Amino acid sequence: MLGKTAGGLLWMFRYMERCENLARLVETGQRIALTRPDRADSEWSSLLQTASSREAYDMHHDEVTGEAVIDWLLRARDNPASVINCIAQARMNARLVRTAITREVWESVNEAWMTLGRELSSRVSMRDLQRVLGVIRQRSAFVRGALHGTMLRNDIYDFARLGTFIERADATARLLDVKYYVLLPSAAGVGSSLDNAQWEVILRAVSAEGAYRMVHGRVRMASDIARFLMLDKRQPRSLSFCYEKIGANLEYLERDYGVRMPCHNMSEAICQDLDRATIHSIIETGLHEFLQDFLRRNASLAAKIEQDYRFTQ
Amino acid sequence: MSEKTPFDEMTRLDGTIRDAYKAFEAWFSSEEPAHLRAKAREAEAFFRLTGITFNVYGQAEAAERLIPFDIVPRIIAAREWAKLSRGIEQRVSALNAFLHDIHHRQEIVRSGRLPREMIAKNDAYLSQMIGVDPPGGIYTHIVGIDLVRTGADQFYVLEDNARTPSGVSYMLENRETMLHMFPEIFAKNRVQRVSRYPERLHASLSACAPPACEGDPVVAVLTPGIHNSAYYEHSFLADQMGVELVEGHDLRVVNGRVAMRTTQGYKAIDVLYRRVDDDFLDPMNFRTDSYLGVPGIFDVYRAGGITIANAPGTGVADDKAIYSYMPEIVEFYTGEKPLLENVPTWRCSAPDSLAYVLDNLSELVVKEVHGSGGYGMLIGPTASKKELREFRRKLEARPGNYIAQPTLALSTAPIFTRAGLSPRHLDLRPFVLVSPNGIEITPGGLTRVALKKGSLVVNSSQGGGTKDTWVLEDD
Repeated sequence: MLGKTAGGLLWMFRYMERCENLARLVETGQRIALTRPDRADSEWSSLLQTASSREAYDMHHDEVTGEAVIDWLLRARDNPASVINCIAQARMNARLVRTAITREVWESVNEAWMTLGRELSSRVSMRDLQRVLGVIRQRSAFVRGALHGTMLRNDIYDFARLGTFIERADATARLLDVKYYVLLPSAAGVGSSLDNAQWEVILRAVSAEGAYRMVHGRVRMASDIARFLMLDKRQPRSLSFCYEKIGANLEYLERDYGVRMPCHNMSEAICQDLDRATIHSIIETGLHEFLQDFLRRNASLAAKIEQDYRFTQ
Repeated sequence: MSEKTPFDEMTRLDGTIRDAYKAFEAWFSSEEPAHLRAKAREAEAFFRLTGITFNVYGQAEAAERLIPFDIVPRIIAAREWAKLSRGIEQRVSALNAFLHDIHHRQEIVRSGRLPREMIAKNDAYLSQMIGVDPPGGIYTHIVGIDLVRTGADQFYVLEDNARTPSGVSYMLENRETMLHMFPEIFAKNRVQRVSRYPERLHASLSACAPPACEGDPVVAVLTPGIHNSAYYEHSFLADQMGVELVEGHDLRVVNGRVAMRTTQGYKAIDVLYRRVDDDFLDPMNFRTDSYLGVPGIFDVYRAGGITIANAPGTGVADDKAIYSYMPEIVEFYTGEKPLLENVPTWRCSAPDSLAYVLDNLSELVVKEVHGSGGYGMLIGPTASKKELREFRRKLEARPGNYIAQPTLALSTAPIFTRAGLSPRHLDLRPFVLVSPNGIEITPGGLTRVALKKGSLVVNSSQGGGTKDTWVLEDD
C-alpha cells in the first residue's frame, strides 16, 4: 500500500469520528441550555474549549451565545473543525484512497457529504436541531457499518481503525479535561458531591448514560464516572478501550509486515500505563496533569505512526 | 447547414425503425413515460452517489459537475461494428508505425509525403525521443478514435486521440447504470460486454513490461491529483485494474528504477499508465517547474527501466495539422487505401486554401491546430456576423494556426426529453488497446451527444451529454 494511502485512510476515519463527536457535543450543550438556562453561557464556552475552537471562535464573534456556537460547530466555513469542514475532509481523503476502499464505503461517505451539505446549507433552526444531529450520527454509523461489513481485514482496515481510535481517545480525554477545569478548579473537589447535571453532560456526550447505569446503578460519583470513561475496557469510548484497539491494530500491522516499528513501543507503553493506573492514582497525580500527559502522548503516537509508515516524504 | 434531414441512427426517413433499434423501440413504447422520467432522475442520483463527476477548474463551489446522461442507448449493429473495427485497426497500426518512423529514419519525410516542418516545428514533437525504442515497440498503447457519421455507410474520423484519451470510465459506468436501472432490456437485446476493459487494459499494459521487469509486471496509474478534471477516471481505472494510483510525490528514482513510496518502503514500478501530460512528466528533462512528475523518470525510461504509456511524444500523431495528412500516413505504412475517411481539411497555411476558406467562411468549421475540447472553434453556419469578422481577422493574422473543414451533417439519435424522444447530433469514441500481442477494440465506446436541439458541439465542457453505447452480438 502507498504511504499516502495509509495516511488518507487514517485521516478519513479521524474526520468521520470527529463529525460524530461534534454532533454529540452540540446535543449535550443544547440539553444543558434547555434544562439549566442559568448555566447556558458557561456551558457553551466549555464546549468550544472541548472542540479546541475557542480561539478561532473569538476571532469571529463578540460574544458566546448558544445559536452562534451551534452554527460555528456545525457549519462555519471559517472553523476548520466544523462538521461541514470535517465531512468535506473525510470525503476528500476518501477520494484520495478510493482504490483502497470498497464501493460501499466510498458511497456511504459520499452520501454523508451530500446529505450533510444539504442539511447544513443554511442555519439550523432550534426546532430542527435534534433531527439534524441525528442525521450526522446516523451517517457516521452508516460509514462504520459499510467498513465493518465490506472491508477486507488487512493493513487498509488497520489504518482506518487506528484513525478512529486515535481521534476518539483524543476526544474523550479532551472532554474530561475541559469538564475537570470547569467543575473542579481544585483537586479537593474530586470525590465530593457533584453537580449531577454536569456529569450527565459528560455521560451524554459519549452516549454512555445507560451503560453507566448498568454498571454503577443510579448513584453518580465523580470518581466512578471518571474511571468508567477512562479505564473501563467495556466502554467503547474510554481511553483504555481505544488503546486496546490501537494496540491490536498495530500488532496486526507488525505481524502482516513482519517488522516492529518505534510506534509499537510507544503504544505499548501507553497501554501498560493505562492498565496499571487506578482512578485513585490518577487523582493523586492530578486528573488534569494525567489527561494533558495522555493527550500529548496520543498526539506523539499519531506522529510516529505517520513517520513509521511513510505517509509523507 | 443544409436543410436536409440528417441521418438518424434509429429511424429511417420513411418513419420505420432500423433493425438494430427494433427491440429497444418495442420496449420503450411499452413503458410509461412517467416511469421513465423517474428512472432518468434515478440515474442522476446514481451518478452523484458513485461520484462520477468531473472537476471544473477555477470554481470553488459546485466544483464537481455531472455530465448529463441520457437513458436512450446508441445502438450499433454487429455488421456495422465489424466494418468500423477494421478501419480503426488499420488507422491505429498506422499511427504506431508513424510514431516509430518519425523518431527513427523519418522515411515518410524522405519520401516527400510529409513536409519536414510538420515534425520539426511541431510543439508535441520531443527530440529526446529520437532513437528511443519503447518496450514492445508500442508508442500509443491506449487510443480513442473520434468518429462521426453522415449516412448509412458514411463514417468519418474527426480526430485521433493518441496521447491520453479520456472518457473510458463513462463507457463503463454508463453501461453499469443502464444495467442497474433497466436490467430487463438486456434480456431482450444481445449486447456485447464492455466490462472486461479494465482487465484487458491491465493485460495490455503488462505485455509491454520493460527489460528491467522481473516477475509479474507492477502496473500503476499516474494522476496529476485529486483536483484534475479526470481524477474520477484515474481512480476508477486504478481501482478496477487493482493497481496503485500514484502522484508525482509518491515516486522517486531508486537504483535506476522508478519506485513508489509504500508503507513498507520503496517498490519498483514496471509499467506506468500516466495521465499526466508530456511537459509535466519529468522536471529534469521537460518543464522544470512541474510538480506533477518524477525527476529523472525519462532517463530511467531511456535505459529500459520503466514503460511509460502512452510514450512521451505521441501527441505529434493527434495534432490537427498532422490529421490532415492521415490518409497519406495510413497508405504509406499499411500499403492499403484507408478504410475510414478523413474529413476533407483545408490547411490554412497554404495560400490558395486560405483564400478558399476566407471566401466560404460561413459554411465551414474552423479549428485551431493545437486547440482541444471545442474551444477556439468557429462553426460558420451558426456563427454571428461579429464572430465571422473576428475569425477572419485571426485567420489573416496567423493562417498556419488554423485548419478548416466542411460542416458535416452529423447523424442524430433520439434523446429522452419531457416531450418524449427527440433527435440530437452525436459522435462516437471507441477505445483501442495496443500491445505486442495485437490491437484490441472494446465493442462500445463513449457516445457524446449535443443536448441542445440542432447543436453540433458534443463536448461535455459545452453542454454535451453521454449515452450508453451498444454493439449488438448479431444483426
